[in-house]
Amino acid sequence: MRSAALAEPRAASVDVKVASRGLAWRQFLNRAATFCLVELQKLRHDRTELFTRAVQPVLWMVIFGETFTRIHAIPTGHVPYLDFLAPGIIAQSGLFVAIFYGIQIIWERDAGVLTKLLVTPTPRSALILGKSFAAGVRALAQVVVVLMLSALLGVALTSNPAEILGAFVIVMLGAAFFSCLSMTVAGLVLKRDRLMGIGQMITMPLFFASNALYPVSIMPGWLRVLSRVNPLSYEVDALRGMLIGAPAHLGEDFLVLVIAVVVGVATAASLVRRLAC
Amino acid sequence: MSGQTESYKTFDESLVSNAKVPAVLCTGLRHRFGDHVAVDGIDLSVAQGDVFGLLGPNGAGKTTTIRLLNTLLPVQEGTVEVLGYDVRRSPMAVRRLLGYVPQQLSVEAALTARENVTWFARLFDVPRHERKRRVGEALEVMGLADVANRLTSTYSGGMIRRLELAQALVNRPRLLVLDEPTLGLDPVARDGVWQRVQELRHATGMTVLLTTHYMEEAEALCNRVALMHLGTIRAEGTPEELKSALGPEASLEDVFRHFTDAVLGGSDGKGGLREVRSTRRTARRVG
Repeated sequence: MRSAALAEPRAASVDVKVASRGLAWRQFLNRAATFCLVELQKLRHDRTELFTRAVQPVLWMVIFGETFTRIHAIPTGHVPYLDFLAPGIIAQSGLFVAIFYGIQIIWERDAGVLTKLLVTPTPRSALILGKSFAAGVRALAQVVVVLMLSALLGVALTSNPAEILGAFVIVMLGAAFFSCLSMTVAGLVLKRDRLMGIGQMITMPLFFASNALYPVSIMPGWLRVLSRVNPLSYEVDALRGMLIGAPAHLGEDFLVLVIAVVVGVATAASLVRRLAC
Repeated sequence: MSGQTESYKTFDESLVSNAKVPAVLCTGLRHRFGDHVAVDGIDLSVAQGDVFGLLGPNGAGKTTTIRLLNTLLPVQEGTVEVLGYDVRRSPMAVRRLLGYVPQQLSVEAALTARENVTWFARLFDVPRHERKRRVGEALEVMGLADVANRLTSTYSGGMIRRLELAQALVNRPRLLVLDEPTLGLDPVARDGVWQRVQELRHATGMTVLLTTHYMEEAEALCNRVALMHLGTIRAEGTPEELKSALGPEASLEDVFRHFTDAVLGGSDGKGGLREVRSTRRTARRVG
């Protein structure tokens, strides 16, 4: 090492000092914020996705929700079924955005953008964390749509800003985990077509093996086990607790989601190099 | 042109101090993809301030060498130092010293040029109070200031390449790495890229390492070249030295043919298209 010889050029020495703080959380958060900002800029330039992605939750709420509210087929206690369903559809919207996010990283690989990102002083884990939070930003756009629709349909949503903010955090965490899952699959299969197939294969099982549409209490035993290990169930539980005041295990839900994100980031980051080659 | 050069002088003033430390130093560098040896024990030194051309046919190992020194590939055998920093031990420090333009035209088409450059300024931790000015300077130098707020999906190939140069320069790199910078560009766009690189070189003395298999490009830009073939360096020197060693009338094209045998898809298949594809497939598989 010849660091002493490098000390003189001002630009280089300043840069290397920054590098020595590279492991700091501040830099991690700065990177995550950068990727979120880029995602918002992309959304600003092309808002089509906001409308096209809103169609599916609207159908779930308006057709499925309204119908099942009338037939009382799903026992939800004193809570109207539409109220019970709204947090589940919010979580589902985030899941659907995030589970195909790996396609974007494959596209970036194919377009050469990923290669350039990997040559910036951004640790692999910070890159994945940033991208997963960027998926969360896209998911939040859907949350706003579903919240507005829910209000129009008369769902008794909380008006407490702290609880709404908490719901946003939960959706961000859920989307971050599922996008990490998607990027992990991307790192394994390396091709868009394969990822599309796998994404479609796992999306509905994740959705149905959760408490998004019906309470855990009416599930058969084997489905309860799947629901118990499905992060989507924890996301829905927390959202119900915060948005409609249903009994929830907020601490446990938050902890499970944070652990899932940490594991997801570490796993996806370990596979990024495969995409870069 | 003078205006651009003048504005670039404020870009960085101290890029070529410590001239004794090589910008790039490879020692016994070897890299395998499965059974295939892509880089076969090369020794290479690039002095600061040089515009150094790594020449060779497809499959020679140029891009693998670039990917080893810019930290995209792990160093399996041998050592690589960038401005004194060991790539294996200090990858983050190395990345901070580099500006990199890959072979493929690669910008985020859903963003404007300014947003693309600002993105990289943020990733390189350009301080907030300087960011706007430096992004503006980089775009100005590359002649994109007037179209900076247009979506890059509307850009031509030459404009995208210049935008990539702006992205690579926004962190004031000590070493600019260009991998086949004019591949696929029309002659006008290619001349535009050459002009910018030459201006950059004259204005700042920044070290530039570029790979190419266009001899015309090497003659126009490089003050020193190395010829690579089948993972090894066959010859190294100034273009004039290499040409005169072959004969009074020799061109760099002749030197290239002499050292590489111009065997693309030749009888032994070495360095041929099939082998290049096979190597790239293997590289992708083994990660």
